Formats: sequence, structure tokens, C-alpha cells
Amino acid sequence: MVWAILSIKVENKPGILFKVTHLFRSRNFNIDSISVGVTEDKKYSRMTITTIGDEKQITQIVKQLDKMIDTIEVRRLDVNNSVYRELVMFKIKVSKPEDSMEINKLASAYSAKTHDAKKESIIVEMTATPHQISAFEELAKKFGIKEMARTGITALEREEHEH
Amino acid sequence: MSDNNKMNETMIGAPMYDELGKSNIRHILVRHEQSAAHMADGFGRVSRKPGVCFATSGPGATNLLTGIATAQADSAPMVAVTGQVPVAMIGKDAFQESDIIGMANPALKYSYQPRTPEEIPTMVKQGFYIAETGRPGPVLLDIPKDVQQNEANIPFPDEVRVPGYHPWTDPDMQNTARAVELLLSAQKPIILAGGGVIISSAFAELQSIAELLMIPVVTTFKGKGAFPEDHPLSLGPIGMHGHAEANKLMTEADCVLAIGTRFSDRSVGTFEEFEKNLKIIHMDVDPAEIGKNQTTSVAVVGDVRTSLRIFGKLLMDKAVRPSDDNPWLKHVKETKQYWRENLKLHPGEMGAAKILRKLRELLPKESIVTTEVGQHQMWASLFFDAIHPGTFFSSTGLGTMGWGFPAAIGAKTARPDVPVVDIAGDGSFNMTEHSLATAVLEDLPVIVFLINNYSLGMVAQWQRTFYDRRMVGVDLKKCPDYVKLAESYGAQGIRAQSMDELEKAIKDGLNSDVATVIDIPIDPEEDVLPFVAPGTGLKDMILPS
Repeated sequence: MVWAILSIKVENKPGILFKVTHLFRSRNFNIDSISVGVTEDKKYSRMTITTIGDEKQITQIVKQLDKMIDTIEVRRLDVNNSVYRELVMFKIKVSKPEDSMEINKLASAYSAKTHDAKKESIIVEMTATPHQISAFEELAKKFGIKEMARTGITALEREEHEH
Repeated sequence: MSDNNKMNETMIGAPMYDELGKSNIRHILVRHEQSAAHMADGFGRVSRKPGVCFATSGPGATNLLTGIATAQADSAPMVAVTGQVPVAMIGKDAFQESDIIGMANPALKYSYQPRTPEEIPTMVKQGFYIAETGRPGPVLLDIPKDVQQNEANIPFPDEVRVPGYHPWTDPDMQNTARAVELLLSAQKPIILAGGGVIISSAFAELQSIAELLMIPVVTTFKGKGAFPEDHPLSLGPIGMHGHAEANKLMTEADCVLAIGTRFSDRSVGTFEEFEKNLKIIHMDVDPAEIGKNQTTSVAVVGDVRTSLRIFGKLLMDKAVRPSDDNPWLKHVKETKQYWRENLKLHPGEMGAAKILRKLRELLPKESIVTTEVGQHQMWASLFFDAIHPGTFFSSTGLGTMGWGFPAAIGAKTARPDVPVVDIAGDGSFNMTEHSLATAVLEDLPVIVFLINNYSLGMVAQWQRTFYDRRMVGVDLKKCPDYVKLAESYGAQGIRAQSMDELEKAIKDGLNSDVATVIDIPIDPEEDVLPFVAPGTGLKDMILPS
């Protein structure tokens, strides 16, 4: 099983997210994460979908997405040659006064920001790879994670090397 | 919308519309929307232009769904138009509101819901373009009531562009050349022709390659009629109820040129078994079909007619002329002859093979045949030879009971000049028999060749075969009387209980000005054989004992 990042340029019209997700459902593929936003050209949106499957399944997903009339361009990004990040927010429990400082220290070690520092909780915002997010999550567990929200991955491929 | 001069002249639907009445578009009234969709489908398959069906919002639209899904499964061009509640009412659970686009989405090639009249011309033009190009399919136009009623002065576009739609790619020359090499290097080559050959009218190209190389041709069931079944190289359809010789030789072949097929489980049995010791050359218009169900050695993506032309040209350049007495071809001929002589048939006078061969004998070769879904359909596959190109149509993908009769009516609108026969079973015909009203009132005299075993015969056969004869929910108990039923609609009803009566009935049907139902009672215990049980390979075919 491999993890793949698909970058899909679609027409910026209502109903297309539905069609794309419906395709995954009806073809028995899975969506690991999904993020959508407008591109540099407001006529188009970019969906970044991460999925898990064997090579054959992923090839087939790309073909089926490509066949969709609403998709303008479908690319499977090279994971090793792409910048991919996810935004996550944790609401972390503050049980005793020194927790607050420790959470701040941990956050800064991960280049994360803190918001809304209250007596009972702090919101930590970080942009990172899924791997880094998992690592942070493990460390934050000792304080207690009250809530977590993540955006799903968005990604761009690096330019080819110029020789 | 009547200013669309390229729009097809026939529309099929339930009442909706005032402007339509003022146009010269032929409107055909049906008694159920599912039948409207099947008629449009039948028209589309025969004419290769989208058939159009109309339905009102809510239940009218949902009744179209089965017909839309049927067209999608068999890549038939269709434009379905549904009414919708006014724009401001959408999402309010209004009377007769249904989210038909949401419901139909996975069964559609594309859909539109105009929110202003200005959007309609482009959507109509694009919709027809999408429905009939590339791999054809159904397109839905869901038009809110106020959008239908509002007026606007909008020019009809001469051309449309659909940025994300690439219906055809040019066949890759290198891959085509590799395909030629691979096929020529095979010891035991075979051609598998699918429905794509019929859709792209690649009959002549296919035949010339088969004859040039002296390679036997099997078809999928959907591809029946892609290659003349009276041709010496024809082995007929493979599959769950394929011809014994076709299934047998398919499993013996070492290389297959598969054209316009999606390798359905009903055609090839288990995928692993099928591709064992077999090199597959796959030509298809749809890149998403390459490698979906099977491992391909060489793929040629593009319109199969174009691909076959290039393939043929490459062969000509090589001045290929293999001898027609190679050991494989000799074996093919012997196997074919053996099974044609030795397949055990039902002994009765009105056995399925006998009645279908009688129909073939009396029916002009250019006649169009549709089928319903069930045992009769598989008997038609086995015992009714499709000889002229593109004269045999069936609901092969979705397997929609009730498809054949309305599809025959739709076919008749496309080809009023030839006889059109629905080879039917009673259970399946039962589902859309109300279309007799349309056939009679719209002057579309098709023939229903009703092979009547008073049961849901295919299910009954499975219950006899796999469930120790525990018969559940399959006996239709001689209800209704199909002769009286036909007569009640003003059609001709004839019962044929002997071969003489059958011969007379077929002739009467062919000479009749009204639709004819020929009710042919048969032995309800007759099985369809050979039979490849689900989950097994073609080599495990069950033969008549």
C-alpha cells in the first residue's frame, strides 16, 4: 500500500466537489484527506486529495479522475519532490500553571503559534507535514488534547532542477 | 430550444411543454418514464445520435433513472431532459422536487442545471456533443420551471468548447506497431470484438484484419453483431452463456486483440484465470478501461476504428499473408465444427434453439433485433446469429429487464425501413408491456417474439442448479394472457404452439401494420447451456448433459 498525493485542477463551479468525492465512493477508493481552494486563475480550483491504495488502484483513480469532464488537470505528485503541508489546530489542556510555559516551549520547537491562552487551555496552530503533526500530537497528549482540527494536505511539486 | 437545427427529430417523453407542440420535432407519448429512457436509448444505439427523453420533476425524473443507468452501462448516447421546481424553490422540499442530478450523478456522463435561460443554448449544444462523442453516454439537462418559462433572445452557438473533455486521443503509432508485432508473433491468436466496434462502426476494418490474418473472431455479448456470425472465422460470443467453441478457443489462445471492450466479469469469468498464459492487446477509446480489470501487454488508446485502420495499414506494409492451413486455424475449424454438430439441444419441437433459428431463417438480415433480459436473451446470444453489422442490441451491462421492448420502439423510430423484433421473455416483457400503447398509437409496428416459460426463468434455472430445486418467487402462473393483452391495446396477438404456427405468426408479424406479440409457450424447465458459473473461469463451462 502506498500513500499518494493527487493534485486536481477543476472548474470553479458548484457541485464539482460532490462529483469528485462521489467518484471515490462509487469506485471504492478512499480519501485520506482533502483540501480545496481557488487557484491563481479564479476560474479554477485546486483539490489536493491524499489517498492510500496499491499502485494499480492509484493509477486507476488518476485515470477515472482524468476522465471526468470537470477536471482540467490531474497529477499524482512525486511525494519526494513536493512541498506538502497541513494546517492543524490543537486545543491543549492547561492543568497547572507551568503547563502553559511548557506548551509554549513545545510549540516554538515545532515553529507553531499559540492563540487564546486561557487558564484552562491554549490553542496551538501549526503548519507541518503529517509526520511532524503526529510527533507533536504524541508529545501534546501528556497535557491532554481537548480538540483537534486539521485542514488536510495541500501541496505543490518542486520545479525540475536546472542544470 | 426548437431552434437547434442539429437536434434530433424524435423526442420521447411525458407531457411537459407548450413550445414543443409548435415545433416540428416528433414527440412520442409514453406511459412510463422508464420506457421513455429505453426508447431514447434504442434510438441512440441504432442511429448513433443521442435519443432524447423528457420527464417531469420528482417522480418523473426518478423514473428515468433506470433508463439512464442502462444507457451509461452500455455506453449509449442519450440526452435526458427533466423538469425541476423553480430556482427559488430548490432545496425547500417543494412538491415534486427531487435532487435528480445528485441521484443520477454516478450514472451520467455529464449533467447541467441552467439557472437562467441564457445558459440553455450552450448547455444543450454541449450536452449533445458530450453525449455522442468519445465513449458515448447519457447527459442530463435538469431545467427549473421558471427557467423554462422565462424568455430570452439568445443566439444558438455554432461551436462549443468543453475544456476538461478530450473525447478522442490519437492512437499511439509506436504502440500500434508493437501491437502488430505481438499479434503476428502469436502461435494461437484470437480477436475479441466488443461493443466499441459497433459504436465506432469499425465493422469493415475488423473484418479485413481478421481475413487478412485468418484469425478467428469471438465477441463479447455486447459485441454481438460486430462481426458477421455466419462468417467462417466467427465463433460467436464468449462469456457466462457464450458459445462452447468460443469459450474453449478463447482459453486456448495465447494472444488476444481485444477491441472496444471493458473485460466485464460476465464476458471473461474470473480475471486471474482469463489472463493466465494470455497476452492482451487492448484497443479502447477510454483510457480508464486500460488495465482496469486485466493486465495489458500493449494498449492502443483511441477511437477503435481509427486504431484498426492504422493497424491494418501497418499489416499491409508488411505484406503479411499467413497460410490458412496453420495448425491453430485447423484446430479452430475442427472445434467449431464439433460444437456446432454436437451441442446437445432441447429435444422438444419448441426448444429455444429451434424457434430462434426459425426466426433467423424468416427475418431479413438487415432487421434490427433487441432483447429483454433473462434466459431468452442468452438463448438469443447462442442461437440467433447476428449477420448484418450493428443489428443486435441488448441491455448487457446493467441487465435491465423491460429494456428490449421500448428499445425496439426507439429503434423503429430510427430505422422505420426495416423490421424490428424484440426477442423477449415473459417476465421481462411484463415490466414495460404498457409500451404496446405507444407502439400502436404512434404507428411503430415492432414484433415482440415472446419466449414464454411463465416464470422468471433465469432465476429458476439458478434455483434448479445451485439451490437444489427450491423454487422461490419465480412462478408467474400463466398471468397475464399475452394474446388478450396485445389485443386490448389494439396490437396483434398470436399464440404459436407448433413450428407451423410459429412460421405463420412470424410472417404475419412481418406483414402487419400494427405491433405484434407472438406468444410462444415453451418448456419452463429448459436451461440455458453452456453456463460458466459466477466466480469461475471460462474453461469451467457447464455443458448440457
